[in-house]
Formats: sequence, C-alpha cells, structure tokens
Amino acid sequence: MKAIDVLRFASGSLYGSRSRTLLMILAMSIGVAAVVVLTGLGEGARRYVINQFSSLGTNLVIVFPGRTETAGVGPGMLLGQIPRELSLDDAQALLRSPAVSRLAPLTIGSSQISQGALNREVVVLGSTSELLSIRHMDMAQGQFLPSGGIHDSTSVCVLGSKIQHELFGTQNPIGAWVRLGDRRFRVTGVMSSQGESMGFNTDEIVIVPIASAHMLFNTSGVYRILVEAKNRSTILAAKRDVEDIIVKRHKGERDVTVITQDAVLATFDRILSALTMAVGGIAAISLSVAGVLIMNVMLIAVSQRVKEIGLLKALGAPSKQVRNLFFAEAALLSTIGCVVGLLLGEAGVLVIAKLYPSLPVGAPWWAVLAAIVTSLGTGILFSVWPARQASRLDPVTALAGR
Amino acid sequence: MIRLDKVFRSFMVGDQRVSALSDIDLHIAAGDYVSIMGPSGSGKSTLLNLLGLLDRPSSGVYKLDGIDVTSLDDVQQAKVRSEKIGFVFQSFHLVPRLSAAMNIELPLILAGIPPAERKQRVTQLLEDYGLTDRADHRPDQLSGGQRQRVAIARATSMNPAVLLADEPTGNLDQTTGKEVIHLLESLVERKVTLIMVTHDPDIGARAHTQLHMVDGRLIDEGH
Repeated sequence: MKAIDVLRFASGSLYGSRSRTLLMILAMSIGVAAVVVLTGLGEGARRYVINQFSSLGTNLVIVFPGRTETAGVGPGMLLGQIPRELSLDDAQALLRSPAVSRLAPLTIGSSQISQGALNREVVVLGSTSELLSIRHMDMAQGQFLPSGGIHDSTSVCVLGSKIQHELFGTQNPIGAWVRLGDRRFRVTGVMSSQGESMGFNTDEIVIVPIASAHMLFNTSGVYRILVEAKNRSTILAAKRDVEDIIVKRHKGERDVTVITQDAVLATFDRILSALTMAVGGIAAISLSVAGVLIMNVMLIAVSQRVKEIGLLKALGAPSKQVRNLFFAEAALLSTIGCVVGLLLGEAGVLVIAKLYPSLPVGAPWWAVLAAIVTSLGTGILFSVWPARQASRLDPVTALAGR
Repeated sequence: MIRLDKVFRSFMVGDQRVSALSDIDLHIAAGDYVSIMGPSGSGKSTLLNLLGLLDRPSSGVYKLDGIDVTSLDDVQQAKVRSEKIGFVFQSFHLVPRLSAAMNIELPLILAGIPPAERKQRVTQLLEDYGLTDRADHRPDQLSGGQRQRVAIARATSMNPAVLLADEPTGNLDQTTGKEVIHLLESLVERKVTLIMVTHDPDIGARAHTQLHMVDGRLIDEGH
C-alpha cells in the first residue's frame, strides 16, 4: 500500500466521521492556541518591561546615597539620621574614571509654580544638560538646560508638556518667566510628551539646573547620579570605579549603593521568562489532555470500526498495515489540529496586539516549537495503543462484529 | 489446489474445549464448484474461514497450491489472501463511507497497485457487473442485490483463484439471490474455484461437489 493511499484512506475515514474529527481538531487546536497566546502574553510583558527600562537610558550605572544592603537597624537610623549625602563634587569626581563617558546628578523636590494668576504644585527636578541625552528624552520646542558648569545656577527652566499646557495653553512659553517658590525662572524649552516611564511622569515636572534647585530647596545633597558607561562592556568597570572613587572621597566608608541597569534588567528578565514558561507549561498540560482525548476517541473509533478492520484483513491487509492506517489517521488529526491551533493562536495574538498596542505581544519561537512538538508528540504517542488494538483484532471475530 | 490433512480446530469456551472441526480430510481441485451445507453450528463457517486463512487449524496441514500456508507468518498470509483468495459475505461488508467504485478498489489499494491500473480495472469491473451508473453511490444508496454485486466485484478485483462465499444469498430475496448465484457460477466458467457455504438445499444442489457437515465432521462427499 502506497503512502499516498494510506493518507487518502485516513483522510477519507476522518471525513467520514466529520463531527468526531471536528471535535478532536477543536480540542487539539485550543491546546495549541492556548500555548501560543499565553506565552505570547508572557513574552509581551517581558518585552514591555525591558523596553521601559531601556527608555531610561542605556549602559546606566545608578548611584544613590546610603547602603541598602547594610543589615540590621543602626543607631543612626533610630535617631532619624540620614546617611552621608552625595555632593556635586562627588558627582564631578566620577568623571575621572576612564569607563565613564558622562553623568547627570539629580535632585528632586516639589514647589509651587505660578505664571500670571495660574499656579499649581509641581515636582522640580534639578539636573544638568547631560540628562537629556542620558535619559533619551526629547524636546518639543526650545532648548534644554544650558551646558555650563555643574555649579552654575542660571535661572532657567524646562517644562513638562502637561505643565506647559496648563500654564500657557496655546501661548508660546519660550522666553516667558515663571515663578518657582520664591525665585523666577525663564522658560527655555518644553519637553515632548513621553508619558509615564517607570513610575516617573516626565510630563508633569519642571527641570532646572541642579545648582538652582539646591538654592531653591536650600539643600546641597544629590538624590541620584545617573552615570553612563562608555559601552556595554565597561559597565562593570564603571561600577567598580564609581564605588572606589566615592569610598576614597568619603573617608573609606562605603556609604553609597551602586546598581547597574543591566542587573535590574536581568532580574526582571529572569522573573518574567520563568512566568512565561510557567503559563506555557500550564497550557502544555491542556495539550496533553487533548492527546488523551485523541487516544480515547481513537479507541472508540477502533471499536466502532471492528467490522471494517476485519474486512481489511480479509482483503489482504497485514496487521502492520491496519496499524499504519489508524496511526496515519491520528497523525493527520493532530497535524490538522496543530496547524489550526497555530493559526488560532497567532490570530489571538494579533487581536491582543490590536487591543493593547503598547504591549509588544508575540509568542517566542521556543514556545511555538514546543506547542508543535507537544501536540504532534501526544497525538502520535497516544494513538499507538489504539492502533495496536486495531491491528491485533482477530479477523473472524471482527467480521462477525463480536 | 486445496488439500486439508487431518485438520482439527477447537476453541476454548470458558474452561471447556469445544471442537469446531474434527479430522477434516479434503481435496478441492482447481476450478471446482463446491457447496458446504449443514445445520448451524456444524462448523461450515469455521471451515470457510480456515480455507480463507482468516483462522488457523489447531492441528493438521492446509496446503494451498502445494504450499503449507499454516506455517506462514501474518504478512505472508495477508499476501496470499490478497492475491489468491476472494471473500463474499452474507452481510456484504462494504465500507459505508466509500462509494461503490472505491469499495471495489480497496483490495487493489491495499495491494499497492498503481493508480492508473487501478482505475482501469475498476472501470472494467463496474462494467462487467452492470454497476457503471452506480459507481459513485455509497452502499446505503444501493439495493441489496447491487451491494452484493459490488462485493463480488471487490472479491474478484485481484483475480483470485479461490472465491469463498459465506451464505451469499442469505440477506437477499429469492429473485436477487438467484441472480447472485448465476453471477457466481459465471465465475466458475472462468476457472475460478468457488466454495460456498449455504443453508439452502436448492442452491447447494447446483454445486458440482457437495459437502455436508455435522458436528464439525464431513459426513458425505458426492457428485
């Protein structure tokens, strides 16, 4: 019997019992589609988080005062003491490391902003001109902070797009004066709208030179230093240098925490990958349930088609051939189920992508491959037994339908 | 052609051994027309199944064309069934989802005959048995006589030397039954060995060789 005839015979018997075939394909394809959609969602979440992180900048090393690793509660904490501050000079000293290309110190506070009769509360961010390129931010109009020295306290400010809209409406704000606290600042530029990024809405902040912010809030501390390494391979060197320089400047005390964006990213990556694999695994269980279903239905098919099997044997089909026919039927069933499931799954992913455009959904290749292998594997594995049952039937009893 | 030597066939029913065939010695020449008659349970069908290699004797030797077929394995026996033996059943045993033409084609497909030759042979058979206009009908769209003609066409599609018929008229009315018998007898004229199990003494009497069975034994052999 030729392979093509085996296939034709198998597809003929699948077509012969259409409702059974459709139900089986449905079960199989739902399993496959579940794997594709669920892992697609998991992968989407992972990519979303990674995108969010890389929108913060690339090759970043973030320095902040205090050591979170220090175990226990020290006496200083109980007395409400804060760790030694980071100063602007600390920040500037970090540029001595050959691994560091540029940096932006940050200080943060809140203040009243007023323009004419309008006023509201805003978050004021003090930084330097490097912030724009390190954080990958864009200007909607005008200029960012002037690239003067770190200690220059020019009275200029850059508005977030929402602040600009609320204070100026459709008016051109460039060159206008606003009042922040008890100081006046000239608006030099407006940030383009970027929405929220890692819990920080740049649309509702005002950025001023860090020295001006220190005067405004009467402080001298630096809240964060964003350090950009020269490239990916020097991130670790930059981190080491930063720690060494600060320790030297702080009289041998390691009182800062330095984290790399990569480390944070890798952690999230691991967590979300594990999550994706977990949901994929759950979906794969539903796939093997579909496999058991195929076995069940094939066994029923064997008992329903006892006479046909007896006839095939009487007409000169050896046991092996009967087995192959049933095997081919199950294989065909799971292949069709698998293909339909993949199409369904991809369609589902497309629908989700349409509904949530910000979520970059897409099933990873390994999940698609796993779905294909599992569905074909279970389909074929679980049809071995029914096919053997069929081939072992005694033709005399089978023909008698007993 | 067919030679049985001291063939026994017994079954285990519960813990009791029941003898279906006892000490059968039989010789059937090529081109013979044989009828096997006897009351139900006398072992007629068991003998026919044994001749058709669907069943194996418990002891004894069955030689077909000089070959001891009882010692063949499953694949070899299937090959013998495919090439030398045709079956006609009382209840036709057509595959319900296949058309008449495809039912006739089935043994050819199983034997691995190329499609072009299959098509040619099936067309010829449909014509020979007057089924050309029924080719695309499924069995449930055919009358009893037509179904049995499809079954006979299928049984002869591989040009077997031996045709085994188990009560071929059992499910048919008198007139159709007679037609089917004439059809089978026309095959004998074409040198096919026809062995037919029947209840009907009138039909049995038409055979050249008549075998009578009682309790698993051949009791009389005559012309």
